[in-house]
Amino acid sequence: MSRVAVLKGGRSLERQVSLRSGARVEDALERLGHDVVRIDVGLDLIRQLRSEEPDAAFVALHGRDGEDGTVQELLEILGLPYTGSGVLACSRATDKVLTKRLMIEAGIPTPEFFAFTQTAFRELRAAETLPAIAERLDFPIVVKPSSQGSALGIKFARTPDDVPAALVAAFSYDGRVLLERHVEGRDLAVSVLDAATGAQTLSVVEAVPRQEDFYDFEARYEIGRTNFVCPAELPAGVTERAQELALACHTLLGCYGFSRVDLMLDDADELYVLEVNPIPGLTETSLLPQAAEASGIGFDELVSRILERAFERAPAAVR
Amino acid sequence: MSSPKKPPARSTSRDLERYAGLFASRTRVMTSSAMRDLMAITARPDVISLAGGLPDTSTFPPETFASVTARIARESCAKALQYGPTDGLEETKDCIAEVMAAEGMHVDRADTVVTTGGQQVIDLVTKILIDPGDVIVAEGPTYPGAVPVFNAYQADVVQIDMDADGMRVDLLEETLDSLERDGRRPKFIYTVPTFQNPAGVTMSLPRRRRLVEVANRRELLVLEDNPYGLLRYEGEPLPPLYALDGGVFVMYLGTFSKILSPGIRLGWVVAPPPVLEKINLGKQEADLCTSTLSQLMVQAYFEQANWNDYVCSLTDIYRARRDALLGALAEHFPPEAEWTRPAGGLFIWATLPSYIDTNDLLARALRDDVAFVPGAAAFLDGRGHSSMRLNFSGAEEDRLREGVRRIGEVIKEQVALYGTLTGRPAGTAGQQQPESEREREDDRKGETGGGRLVELPRRRAARRRAGGA
Repeated sequence: MSRVAVLKGGRSLERQVSLRSGARVEDALERLGHDVVRIDVGLDLIRQLRSEEPDAAFVALHGRDGEDGTVQELLEILGLPYTGSGVLACSRATDKVLTKRLMIEAGIPTPEFFAFTQTAFRELRAAETLPAIAERLDFPIVVKPSSQGSALGIKFARTPDDVPAALVAAFSYDGRVLLERHVEGRDLAVSVLDAATGAQTLSVVEAVPRQEDFYDFEARYEIGRTNFVCPAELPAGVTERAQELALACHTLLGCYGFSRVDLMLDDADELYVLEVNPIPGLTETSLLPQAAEASGIGFDELVSRILERAFERAPAAVR
Repeated sequence: MSSPKKPPARSTSRDLERYAGLFASRTRVMTSSAMRDLMAITARPDVISLAGGLPDTSTFPPETFASVTARIARESCAKALQYGPTDGLEETKDCIAEVMAAEGMHVDRADTVVTTGGQQVIDLVTKILIDPGDVIVAEGPTYPGAVPVFNAYQADVVQIDMDADGMRVDLLEETLDSLERDGRRPKFIYTVPTFQNPAGVTMSLPRRRRLVEVANRRELLVLEDNPYGLLRYEGEPLPPLYALDGGVFVMYLGTFSKILSPGIRLGWVVAPPPVLEKINLGKQEADLCTSTLSQLMVQAYFEQANWNDYVCSLTDIYRARRDALLGALAEHFPPEAEWTRPAGGLFIWATLPSYIDTNDLLARALRDDVAFVPGAAAFLDGRGHSSMRLNFSGAEEDRLREGVRRIGEVIKEQVALYGTLTGRPAGTAGQQQPESEREREDDRKGETGGGRLVELPRRRAARRRAGGA
């Protein structure tokens, strides 16, 4: 039995989702016999960690600060073992632009894109390149903030005229945005779970929205708004290929413990990786727990395995 | 330090599937968890929230509260702790009659049902009148709190544009005509004619007369929601629709929330007897009766204090806050923005250039610890994305000014960015918009009233539906 601090909430836009993930993890840890310290991450995080003296931290944070390496850095400084990816993998994965560039370099398929900072538009008149982009990427294109983990701020631009407003929206979330070719097709997610023996990919989950023309932030967390099919029924070879790609991304970014890789499958059965989530949701409607269960790993076991990895890494992590 | 152990409830995706299969189909339209999540962030103490609709309860005299509760304990303890009649206590209805008389209405005890807040009236009226697919006509924008109710009963809500004089009754008639051509008849018209939530505008007297005339001629029920009528900061009061109609087709919703306390959850409905009978049955099924304790508190309060004095003190506070908010808007919002100038109530409605989405703007504004209600919450048809509701009753003047300053900065940033993106300097960007947005612009039919233009966007789809294409 260990004393485990569950870090949840925080100030990110995904605060509520994180609170739900965290609450579920806390229940699981208690069932596993651990002593649980609940921490809604805020100004007194360090003080609480110092006074509560946990053996490890379970990071159930999503979005800014919790998922981008900020909190992980603090935990490294405190020398506290923690779950999930380290600082470097978190900073890579929450930066969609960097992730995509790394994927391209490694030969992992990802939709063609262009990235901009707000400064480029302000100071370098990057807007003058927009017509060229419109020629290179077929419409509709997807405009999204580089760092936002959920679907918040993601807009479809159906014509070039839609692009400026879509950019304004995306810049509400981040100083860097990307314009990405829209892949029409099926929405897949593959979760990766590290074991003592090496990383393991779980069953592929397909998300089928019930009404929206886009798998949006709301549907993602709302029971009954999205149908999840797990394992997804896919053409021969696609499941294996999706799992290979997911594993390649997990390794490429240096993810640790667990991660979820989101992909699109187009009509020609080509797969494209959209993004890698270093701390995927752990709520009742989240994809990782569903995939784990379909692969024969219950939620408690999932939590237990994620925690074990934290202790295994511990000596190396404090450096 | 031992925390109580929760029962070992195992939640699995199979459970999830099982629950998903159990939900009624109407829960599918109970949407917007993202917005709920964002709104939850606005509750952080470090956030200056212009998002709420909270009356200021901090100035209510604690000694009055103490003497009211002491008196109930002394004189009617057993009664206060007991169930009461479904339609409410007679003594509470006397207080209601007094409040309504202050706004020029005369009401019979027998025509009144005391409810658990005004919100319950919206729920009960919708419950007894609406089958899935039935039409409700509402203002566009409408009270955001009515939206989930209408959704839950699967109503087809048609929203009528407003201007500075409230609902465009001419457009209402056009809409009613086109619905009639489709063989459809609205079950009721929902309106907040005075200091509307969220638009802050008030329906003019000619429009009130015309609306009542339309309702009588077409034999349509109207639900007049009037929580703010007594919170007037300038000008002369206008007669409520109920007073003009005499209660034939107008159902009246009143509440103690804004003149006394939202915490006591006490509202009421006045309606024609056959409708009231169904409301009473609906209420019995929902909660048997309204809190007896709350009802007795109102009665004791009305006997012990002058309720109107407290309303006057609130009015003074809110007037100063409204002025502070209006002043701050003029100072900090860019020229591309427009807003209403309410003569009472709690809200101002601001509209930005159509290329700004206020959902995204809220996410950005939260980074600067300030919040508002995005306009989309006041529409059921996807409109309102460039508007926002600003509340001025819930924060002190300095906080309001600072909040508006921060929102203004963010808007200016986005206006400038849009100008950069389109190669047009800020200031002209509002006039030169992409094709798809111009179309929406063209659909706007604002009309200037006494003051600033209250421009409330219309959407083609809504018109098409109303036009029966």
